[in-house]
Amino acid sequence: MSKKYLPLAATIAVFLAIFLIGGANYNNFLTTRVLGNILADNSFIIIAAIGATFVILSGGIDLSIGSMIGFVGVCMAVLDSMGWNPVATALVMLVFGILFGALQGYIIDFCNIQPFIVTLAGLFLLRGMCFMVTLDSVPIRHDWVADYASWKIGLPGKGVLRSSAIVMLVSLVVAIYIAHFTRFGSAVYAIGGDRESARLMGVNVRRTTVKIYALGGFYSALAGVVYALYTSSGYPLAGSTLELSAIAAVVLGGTLLTGGVGMVAGTLFGGMILGLISTLIIFNGSLNSAWILISSGVLLFAFIVMHRFLVSSFDLKGAK
Amino acid sequence: MVAEIDQSACIEMRQISKSFPGVKALDSVDFKLYPGEVHALLGENGAGKSTLIKILTGALERSTGDIWVDHNKCDFRTTGDAQSAGISTVYQEVNLIPAMSVTKNLTLEKISGRFGYVSWRKARTMAREKLKRLNVDIDIEQPVGSYSVAIQQLVAIARALDDDTKVLVLDEPTASLDAQETANLFAIINDLKSKGIAVVFITHFLDQVYAISDRITVLRNGKKVGTDLATNISRKDLIAMMIGRELGDVEAAFSTKGTGATGETVLQANQLGKKRTLDGFDLELKAGEAVGLAGLLGSGRTEMCKLIFGAIKADTGNLVVFGNSTNRTNPRNSLDLGIAFCPEDRKSEGLVGELSIRENIIISMQSKQGWLKPISRKEQERIADEMIASLGIATPDADKPVGQLSGGNQQKVVLARALASSPKILLLDEPTRGIDVGAHAEILTLIRKLCEQGLALLVASSELDEVVASSDRVVVLRDRAKIGELQAGSITRDNIIQMIAGTDNV
Repeated sequence: MSKKYLPLAATIAVFLAIFLIGGANYNNFLTTRVLGNILADNSFIIIAAIGATFVILSGGIDLSIGSMIGFVGVCMAVLDSMGWNPVATALVMLVFGILFGALQGYIIDFCNIQPFIVTLAGLFLLRGMCFMVTLDSVPIRHDWVADYASWKIGLPGKGVLRSSAIVMLVSLVVAIYIAHFTRFGSAVYAIGGDRESARLMGVNVRRTTVKIYALGGFYSALAGVVYALYTSSGYPLAGSTLELSAIAAVVLGGTLLTGGVGMVAGTLFGGMILGLISTLIIFNGSLNSAWILISSGVLLFAFIVMHRFLVSSFDLKGAK
Repeated sequence: MVAEIDQSACIEMRQISKSFPGVKALDSVDFKLYPGEVHALLGENGAGKSTLIKILTGALERSTGDIWVDHNKCDFRTTGDAQSAGISTVYQEVNLIPAMSVTKNLTLEKISGRFGYVSWRKARTMAREKLKRLNVDIDIEQPVGSYSVAIQQLVAIARALDDDTKVLVLDEPTASLDAQETANLFAIINDLKSKGIAVVFITHFLDQVYAISDRITVLRNGKKVGTDLATNISRKDLIAMMIGRELGDVEAAFSTKGTGATGETVLQANQLGKKRTLDGFDLELKAGEAVGLAGLLGSGRTEMCKLIFGAIKADTGNLVVFGNSTNRTNPRNSLDLGIAFCPEDRKSEGLVGELSIRENIIISMQSKQGWLKPISRKEQERIADEMIASLGIATPDADKPVGQLSGGNQQKVVLARALASSPKILLLDEPTRGIDVGAHAEILTLIRKLCEQGLALLVASSELDEVVASSDRVVVLRDRAKIGELQAGSITRDNIIQMIAGTDNV
């Protein structure tokens, strides 16, 4: 096995280990029903994290994810109350996500400003716009939403893949294709690996950077759509700090925060590990929910340290 | 009226200039390249080689001048433009992505189907073909970073070579290769040459220049010194072209020799050296003398200074300072022993541009004294004003940020800082690099003045005449080893060049 799959293998191993620990301790834990629920409950985080994977692979960061989810949600809800069709609203919001992301990418590259600060501005801006749209929680009542919620694919055992999980898995497949089978995908890895070398090798860094953040914006908006449909409502505070969970999912999935190394598939398992931890603690019943964050934090620490060693093991005789 | 374009040249660059803020990196340089030739581009650090190459390959935009490729006037804005015109480059810092596989590195931005789809089967075929041209047989799925620098170098060349490549630029390709790897590379270059590809070869190894090149162009301080067939330039002439700048009248007038009346030995190196950096050398420094360090780029000038200062840790030999054998663990100990060092690159190693003259001068004194015992503001101002006066730093006051001073004055601040810790031994690496003629003379005068005050100086320089003018003794380096010493009386340009060239070559 090539060494580049080691971090992914480690992520999957940790996921299975936690799943088995849960199964050993609680009845009905080791079932496809629990698995299906984890997929559905965390689908919007994972979708956002897939977009963030591209950004992080390129050596950047996107902090506007959570606010985008909130903004898309309130727009969906308010436009629904004005009689719009949810599918049309969703398409409009996806286009908005792409444009907003592209703008962030352009500012980052054109003005040569750190992605951290540009997307932090995006975070404030979008969150502020949420409150401009509405201050209340607004329900989405269109009939189509109920239809959408009823889509499901049966899994072996009693579990089902619900609509959000299906959307998430489809967008994952698309992302894997983009990352590993397109010229753009290779350029993302190249920029993250060594920006100056990538430029000298003929990569159009500006165009690629704009596309990366546009893609990130698309996936954040999609996460917002999925979240709004999943909760059938829009709420201006929805998605706060979700960008941090998304980044955590990406890192747990084996992608280096410095860029250039990682796989999109890992992000699925990274997000599932986060979901698994909270499920485990909910199953326990007696543990305070604070333990969800504490164990996520401990796991994140452990992963970063482990990566340090995995990566330095095939690193990089030429690097000075 | 513009002269006719040379019809047989595949590249013609004319009157190329490039200015960076405060520096003229290239000044009206002409450069021609013919199909099927290997053209060596030579010069010391900062001569403008890399700048010229970056302009040719679209990585930098020129300030003025014109470029013709195959008689068509070209205007490259990106490296992609130059590549599609058939100019491929392997830059000095091997430009590959270490974490990506060999296949990906070889095919990045070179292969693409509909909607940007990349077929990895096709990519692997392409990668194998590219490597086969150079007879390289490696596992193309491994990350490039897992291979040796020599292999990475070959991968970079393989990547650079397309079917329509007309010009291949190799910037210091042999810097980190051993003899066998270099020979392999030369075989490949000769093969490319026979296919009609023009190769621009930048190096500082003179043996390699003669082994492989047809023509040679020498740059110095951003200007072209000359171009000729390799067979027409003797090794001595070539060295003279690279480092033999004639001193102006002003400077020559200042360069009065010391009396030769030197004091006791203050520093003695016995077989001090480090593997792969500099062979063990013996060196004696006496109070009140200036010893020059001469040699070509890469001969070990800077390394010798750093070994003595302790910035590079020696693995052989020892150093005796004022009769006591030293046992240093870091450069701070050297400061305590009275050794000060002014590094070659003022900007990255020497000065903090945003800080004022006063702060830059005080910084090493303060760290010597420890941060718990701050030097009072009054004391700081006294020292700074004293230094500004005695070194003649041209500034309205001591609080001007160093970054706003001219190169010569910045260099004086570096000196002032070294002198503020009242050293007995001063190591100067390229004290006159990148400063104008007037400041040049002043620095040389300062060096003499410091000698007269009883300091021992070691001055490394790529300017041969500067070494000749300012030294009481000259240590000559070649290929990372000390090859000899010239005593007062026998210090001449010719003697030094002869020594660097070696007696067996004329």
